[in-house]
Amino acid sequence: MRYRSLFLNFVSASIVFGAWEIAGRIPVSFAFPTFIESMSAFWVLIIEGTLFTAYAETLRPLVIGVVISTVLGVGIGLWIGLSRAFDWLVSPIFIVMQTAPLAALIPLLIMIYGIGLTSKVFVVCIMAMPVIVLNTSAAVRNTPASIIEMGNSFLGSRRDVIIKIILPAASPIVFAGLRLGVSAGFIGAILAELKITPTGVGDIISYSRSIADYPTMYAAILSIILLAVVFLNVLERIEITLFKGTRRNYVSD
Amino acid sequence: MNNISTDVDNAVTVRNVCKNYDNVEALRDLSLEFPRGQLTSILGPSGCGKTTLLKIIAGLLKPTSGEILVNNKPVTGPGPDRAFVFQDFALLPWATVLRNVAFGLELRGVAKSEREAIAEKYIKDVGLTDFEHSYPHELSGGMRQRVGLARALSVDAQVLLMDEPFSAVDEQTRRKFQEDLLDLVKNENKTFLFVTHSIEEAVYVSDQIAILLPRPSRVSEIIRPSGFREKEALNIRRDPEYLDIVDRIWASLRTYVE
Repeated sequence: MRYRSLFLNFVSASIVFGAWEIAGRIPVSFAFPTFIESMSAFWVLIIEGTLFTAYAETLRPLVIGVVISTVLGVGIGLWIGLSRAFDWLVSPIFIVMQTAPLAALIPLLIMIYGIGLTSKVFVVCIMAMPVIVLNTSAAVRNTPASIIEMGNSFLGSRRDVIIKIILPAASPIVFAGLRLGVSAGFIGAILAELKITPTGVGDIISYSRSIADYPTMYAAILSIILLAVVFLNVLERIEITLFKGTRRNYVSD
Repeated sequence: MNNISTDVDNAVTVRNVCKNYDNVEALRDLSLEFPRGQLTSILGPSGCGKTTLLKIIAGLLKPTSGEILVNNKPVTGPGPDRAFVFQDFALLPWATVLRNVAFGLELRGVAKSEREAIAEKYIKDVGLTDFEHSYPHELSGGMRQRVGLARALSVDAQVLLMDEPFSAVDEQTRRKFQEDLLDLVKNENKTFLFVTHSIEEAVYVSDQIAILLPRPSRVSEIIRPSGFREKEALNIRRDPEYLDIVDRIWASLRTYVE
């Protein structure tokens, strides 16, 4: 079974990359390299070490932003889910944040926080936090009333009810929010590097584009996707070890 | 001093309780007594406030006015003297049977080894040995409610509040539960408050049946079956008194059922 799913993964990858190769060979566009060209450019980036120095730069705002968004986002989401008043006070901010056109806000961020790390972290947070907050609060609010009542009737303290009942019950949706938030954070990190100052992977992308080195540009983009996929898998592992069993269905109905 | 009879020892006393939800009057001036060591059913058509009453006694809801006494002490919230069995079982889906049964003790801060030893005993009592490490979704409806029951028994409360505990299990399992409940009332020195909408069930298991009627909610009648309580479980359903009471209750309830 395990080999079968691996095999299917391999088939699906071959179809996508094969289509890419064919499209590159037609060619669809002058600016669209083949899969093999992109892969060799990718190899060059690795050999020369460019990719690693670039990621050292890119990962900084990304990791800081994602960590801040996760801690603050889950915390604020929990609070919103538990308190009507706080919900009314704070929710609109995140709903606006989620719908605001980020690219239009970037000049504003630069004016306030300059072109350094702070602005980039902000961009990552603006991208990642709203979905984490909104998912967490929705998950908390959807905790089945009867298990909370159960906690209260068996004399659970407020803290016990939150930690032992509400959080585990909410965890699948919270983690779904985290996955979405982290992917949005990746987008934010690259956007920041393209829009604020070209550093890291964003620099590879914009530089190789300006000199029409499209294979390198695509290699850089692909590397981000790969990293994001790895990151999301790690997150899933964390969820499975932390909240074993929460994915099981409720049995009340 | 008061006109409440003092010759019966009441574990729970409900005095003039009113409960309003916004404009809806769920309970109006309801008074009821629950004798210690007996099983009292609260029976009535849907919407008559049975569950509301039980949750007020549990301390999960606050009455708009009136008071609840458990062991002559007024209720201000949930307490160690009462344990609740939920209609939908209210099990933690991510916890094993063992942890679910021990969860009441866990919330009371009982040490892990101690609470698991207690839980093991009650898991055995309700007949779930070998299922300690199963998860709720791996159990049948009846077994899930046995977990809920074991959890309530393991905290050793004097009063057991059961909110339609058998309504979500199939008919055959329910009959078995009812027989087991009779044994439980006989063997455990506890007071049982049992909410149900099944007339037969109420008459079968109860020492006392309180019939609640809606609009406005009130206790319309209290019936105490006397003749067949000592009989063997299998013979109760053939007893003339049992059949009479079932008929009498239906006669008074039927006009309230749409």
